[in-house]
Amino acid sequence: MYVAVKGGEQAIDNAHRLLAKKRRGDTSVTELSVEQIRQQLPLAVARVMSEGSLYDEELAALAIKQAAGDLVEAIFLLRAYRTTLPRFSPSLPIDTADMLLSRRLSATFKDVPGGQLLGPTFDYTHRLLDFALLAEGEYPGPQITPNASLDACPRVLGLLAKEGLIKNESDNSDTVADITRDPLELPASRAERLQALARGDEGFLLALGYSTQRGYGRNHPFAGEIRIGDVEVWIDPEELGFSICLGSIEVTECEMVNQFVGSATELAQFTRGYGLAFGHAERKAMGMALVDRALRAKEFNEEIESPAQQEEFVLMHCDNVEAAGFVSHLKLPHYVDFQAELDLIRKLRKPAEGSNHE
Amino acid sequence: MNDMTQAPVRDAAYNFAYLDEQTKRMIRRALLKAVAIPGYQVPFGGREMPLPYGWGTGGMQLTAAILGDDDVLKVIDQGADDTTNAVSIRRFFARTAGVATTESTPDATVIQTRHRIPETPLHADQIMVYQVPIPEPLRFIEPSETETRTMHALNDYGVMHVKLYEDIATFGHIATAYAYPVMVDERYVMDPSPIPKFDNPKLDMSPALMLFGAGREKRLYAVPPYTRVVSLDFEDHPFEAQQWEENCAICASHDSFLDELIIDDAGNQRFVCSDTYYCAQRVSQQEQGQ
Repeated sequence: MYVAVKGGEQAIDNAHRLLAKKRRGDTSVTELSVEQIRQQLPLAVARVMSEGSLYDEELAALAIKQAAGDLVEAIFLLRAYRTTLPRFSPSLPIDTADMLLSRRLSATFKDVPGGQLLGPTFDYTHRLLDFALLAEGEYPGPQITPNASLDACPRVLGLLAKEGLIKNESDNSDTVADITRDPLELPASRAERLQALARGDEGFLLALGYSTQRGYGRNHPFAGEIRIGDVEVWIDPEELGFSICLGSIEVTECEMVNQFVGSATELAQFTRGYGLAFGHAERKAMGMALVDRALRAKEFNEEIESPAQQEEFVLMHCDNVEAAGFVSHLKLPHYVDFQAELDLIRKLRKPAEGSNHE
Repeated sequence: MNDMTQAPVRDAAYNFAYLDEQTKRMIRRALLKAVAIPGYQVPFGGREMPLPYGWGTGGMQLTAAILGDDDVLKVIDQGADDTTNAVSIRRFFARTAGVATTESTPDATVIQTRHRIPETPLHADQIMVYQVPIPEPLRFIEPSETETRTMHALNDYGVMHVKLYEDIATFGHIATAYAYPVMVDERYVMDPSPIPKFDNPKLDMSPALMLFGAGREKRLYAVPPYTRVVSLDFEDHPFEAQQWEENCAICASHDSFLDELIIDDAGNQRFVCSDTYYCAQRVSQQEQGQ
């Protein structure tokens, strides 16, 4: 009987111990180290850092281990830890034009200044299970050319902007809100929207982005540029009077080129959608860019008729920690409310007094 | 304090009651606004708590913000002190705040609750903290937050009355058994959280301060002591709380909210008090009386 859950202290302790046991699996197999997860599951680590809004590979790897590989749970663990951290200073905007690239591609131009760089990608791999991995062999990468250097790689959309072909994105130099400190109020600014999307669930953004490609809020996207690599993070402490570099982080940036706006008084211009995620996270960055562009419908006087274009719908439902929490709370006891419903439905089923039940 | 009350040792790795002082101050400021505008939903910078959203993060943040060293905390879920989530939240504050906890309703200074108001009448030195899933009473009529905020601002509650009327037209009764909407201080329509409507009358002119916290939705609201709280109804269909034909199988109470237990395969039922403290109290009084 469910009431047997009463007296739950012992039950909770036992559940935690059973979970620890399940996480560990067969103890005759070597335990997975946090460093192994960090080194060998870097894409999982990237996702947990992005949606957990905290760039710390070691803690993200720890969260993945603790969550037994459940990434949404790991994201939650990292978020809960992040809340307790003090904020020293906002960083200066990162400059992705200066990125130390590991991958860069543009689907809009055959060649671009700086060139295309395929880098480590699943693209063009044949998705055939590699049974050699079962044998746990070593996989040396290609020869590295020492002292290799990249040409300057200006952002592709910047080149379009020079010709006035794409709408310029200008910094309105407003203070950037922090949606983890202040409640999101609607309608949100673009900065707040992008923050919410950056924390948003990859699967949710992927599906919404996909829906725009299938006609629900179509905006004709091209992958203008995707770049992955390391960028430096700088802060400008007031008391110092000069900026200092904290180190570098790996990010994935995606800029979509989308179809035009224009009017009788304004020449036609491409528009853009923007996506940015920690680590190597292409799918996330692309989904985010598609949804960002869809959410700009109002700004560009487009008709808002599809889910991906509805700011409140997207922003209020894209966070997987919120969504997973609220869905999972259905497992909590609801017997008081259910009792009230039982009472009600029995009452509704009683024929009204004095009336003939037909 | 009676023997059910005990003060544990605080885990010094965390700030008192987990949240940092700035966050608690931000929440208290929002609470002051909420008390000043009874029933109005105040947005606040809700934090991520180490418990999942939907499991009481709003209530926990409010409790963390108001808790002091000398407070005595009671936590209930479904009216009971020993349901798993109540145990978990009580442990959380015992660990992070080191405050005394109790199961006794009169001894508690702060009572965090999910889905019930205790049967034992509250007094003026007590604060009730409600866990709220969806703070917006109009949400299931109008899904857009932008719209519902405007409706509250304009005192535009016509849709709510239409909904209640449609219930009567369809079912012959107002078909809402819990989270039954109330009018607070003749101004704001408020969701009293998913308490059964049985508990609604306890909100009216209560001597205790009532605080409501919705963590995921980042809203909080309040009913100050001695505030009029009226359950919405119609003159010809007045508000009615639930009543049971049965008595509690343990303490024989006929006035408390009863949970139904199915005790065998034939579907036979037993009814017991949902408020475990109230029930245990009555049993011990009956034993003393013998």
